[in-house]
Amino acid sequence: MSTTYLGMPALPVFGQGNLNATEPFPSAAKRELGNSQLRANLGHATHTIRDKRLRVVGELPDWEDLRSAGSATKQSVMARLPELLEQFEQNFTARGGVIHWARDAAEANEIVRDLIREQGADEVVKVKSMATQEIGLNEYLEEQGIAAFETDLAELIVQLDHDKPSHILVPAIHKNRTQVRDIFLREMPGVDPDLTDNPAKLAEAARAHLRRKFLSAKVAISGANFAIADAGTLAVVESEGNGRMCLTLPETLITVMGVEKLLPSWQDLEVFMQLLPRSSTGERMNPYTSLWTGVTEGDGPQNVHLVLLDNGRSAALADEMGRSALHCIRCSACMNVCPVYERTGGHAYGSTYPGPIGAILSPLMTGITSEENNSLPYASSLCGACYDACPVKINIPEILVHLRAEDVDSKRGKKKLPSQMDLMMKGASWAFSSGKHLGLLEKGLPLGRIAAGRRKKITKLPGLVGGWTQSRDIPAPPAASFRDWWAKEHGDPAAGSAPTDSTNTTTNTGERA
Amino acid sequence: MSARTVILDRLRSALRDHPEAPEIPRTYRADSGMSAEERIELLVDRLVDYKAGVTVVDETGLAPRIAQLLRDAASYVVPAGIDGTWLAEAEAGAPGRRRVDAADAPLSVAELDAVDAVVTGSAVSVAETGTIILDGSPNQGRRAITLVPDHHICVVREGDIAGILPEALRRLDGTRPLTWISGPSATSDIELERVEGVHGPRNLDVIIVRS
Repeated sequence: MSTTYLGMPALPVFGQGNLNATEPFPSAAKRELGNSQLRANLGHATHTIRDKRLRVVGELPDWEDLRSAGSATKQSVMARLPELLEQFEQNFTARGGVIHWARDAAEANEIVRDLIREQGADEVVKVKSMATQEIGLNEYLEEQGIAAFETDLAELIVQLDHDKPSHILVPAIHKNRTQVRDIFLREMPGVDPDLTDNPAKLAEAARAHLRRKFLSAKVAISGANFAIADAGTLAVVESEGNGRMCLTLPETLITVMGVEKLLPSWQDLEVFMQLLPRSSTGERMNPYTSLWTGVTEGDGPQNVHLVLLDNGRSAALADEMGRSALHCIRCSACMNVCPVYERTGGHAYGSTYPGPIGAILSPLMTGITSEENNSLPYASSLCGACYDACPVKINIPEILVHLRAEDVDSKRGKKKLPSQMDLMMKGASWAFSSGKHLGLLEKGLPLGRIAAGRRKKITKLPGLVGGWTQSRDIPAPPAASFRDWWAKEHGDPAAGSAPTDSTNTTTNTGERA
Repeated sequence: MSARTVILDRLRSALRDHPEAPEIPRTYRADSGMSAEERIELLVDRLVDYKAGVTVVDETGLAPRIAQLLRDAASYVVPAGIDGTWLAEAEAGAPGRRRVDAADAPLSVAELDAVDAVVTGSAVSVAETGTIILDGSPNQGRRAITLVPDHHICVVREGDIAGILPEALRRLDGTRPLTWISGPSATSDIELERVEGVHGPRNLDVIIVRS
């Protein structure tokens, strides 16, 4: 079964589909920041979930041990990925499942379409899945005359509103209850016109709306949270029961899953099923988890397919510094704690994967040279809250910095002339290389005071540094530099003149005296 | 070249630096050390938190409790392998309501949708997380019967309650079709507020039987 690897170096092949932003993060973020309703909704939701997560994580005495085990397990999966995929394939196939391999989004979409057509179906029910969003499956199927019905409540809200998800766990987090009610009243056929904005009533309306679809669907499409290599088992973690409906009632089940979702053994599930629910919805356990291994006679779908998707994952794996981004279990804890996400929301990131993990995963999968995504690694203050929250300890800040460096290097490679940034960095390198240099530069401070004028504020800087003054002023610089002031206060005879490299030594001695 | 060959080659090529596969540090809890009584108490606490109905009975209390929970059901479904004594009292009180789902005579989805409740046993439960796991054994039946009816009455035996998840998973065969249930169906999709009752059974009643 296994192929011999001939040592042919395959170049990184990047992913396509909904991984690319349509505009750079800074301009998208600026627009989204203007939406005060969005900010209020996001602030409320992210704080609610943060508090819940902290509460249930605090209950476990071995949380850090679980994180360490989860991190090491995923590291091991990445190191052994080809071998584990072959093992999974063998076990899943032995129990009647069928595996398909898809190099990219387009190939995955075509495979799914053909499988649906084989069943003579023109509509399918769907369980929420990041992989199918990444490949743009719904849009593709619609073009092909197949209607795909999202059945997760939040996905349903987004689909009915012809909107895009803004969060990987709660895709409609940017909408509040009143907005949801208005969407249902407008878009849901046969909905009670007296529907209130009570979340329980809204959930009931969704139940009534989807019930007939579930009971009559021939084909369902899902993603998968985990695939257990030594058993050939797939797992879907969910809350509403829409997943169970899709995974149990239709005759045909098509699952689309990224190749990185593997776990080596059944025992590993005990780690990840403690980490995932607490990190994502802040619950001790999610209401429903379904596991299936190929086909079970007389129970559930009898045609069981799995599409294994690359779409840029091999490229991310090839980046030694960045490959741990593939450890992600899509819990969304990082976005819930991120000060940037909390303010801009998920749409600003463009890609299917928003927030801190999206800011590394998207450019790793599309390549940092992809112009739409090269601003994503800068969408962070590097505060590190995401790293603390990550259940599998992905060092997101470190990868962000790594990708920033890659971005700078790739741009430098393209141009013959040094950029403004290059010149500034050269200047800074000169200035900070010796006290003499810095002292010389400080002579220019009075010029800054003139520029600041009577209001004692610099409101506009030229060129690249103009970004700084876009949304804030710089106060006028002081009349004298700290170094000058120090020399004067401590009676250094050199006061007023350029400080020498020995200044520090003399004044330190003076202080001790 | 097939997509399979291409993808596996790409992955092998991506790993040309031969990263090491570390040992997994399994320093987390493998056993809870809880007594049977503690496990029952914790499971009850968790299930109540999920807004499931819970009662703890001894063997003699089981049939009366099931009969009581089925009081208002016009019909209910059970898997063929269920222990008949569980239903004796419900049957005696109001006969003719029982539908049996068997491998050679499965009910249609429409028939399942028409019944009011389902009664099953369970494989293993996890006290710490309030999770009940079904594995398709004869007293639990195929997955559809515990999904379509709106009221699930589930019997949990004291001996099947594990303290924490690792203890529970050791008792299960992962290749069986498994359903883990932690309370009635719920959603947190609107403003991250939990609402019980969406597509799965909106009512979950758990009967814990002491041995």
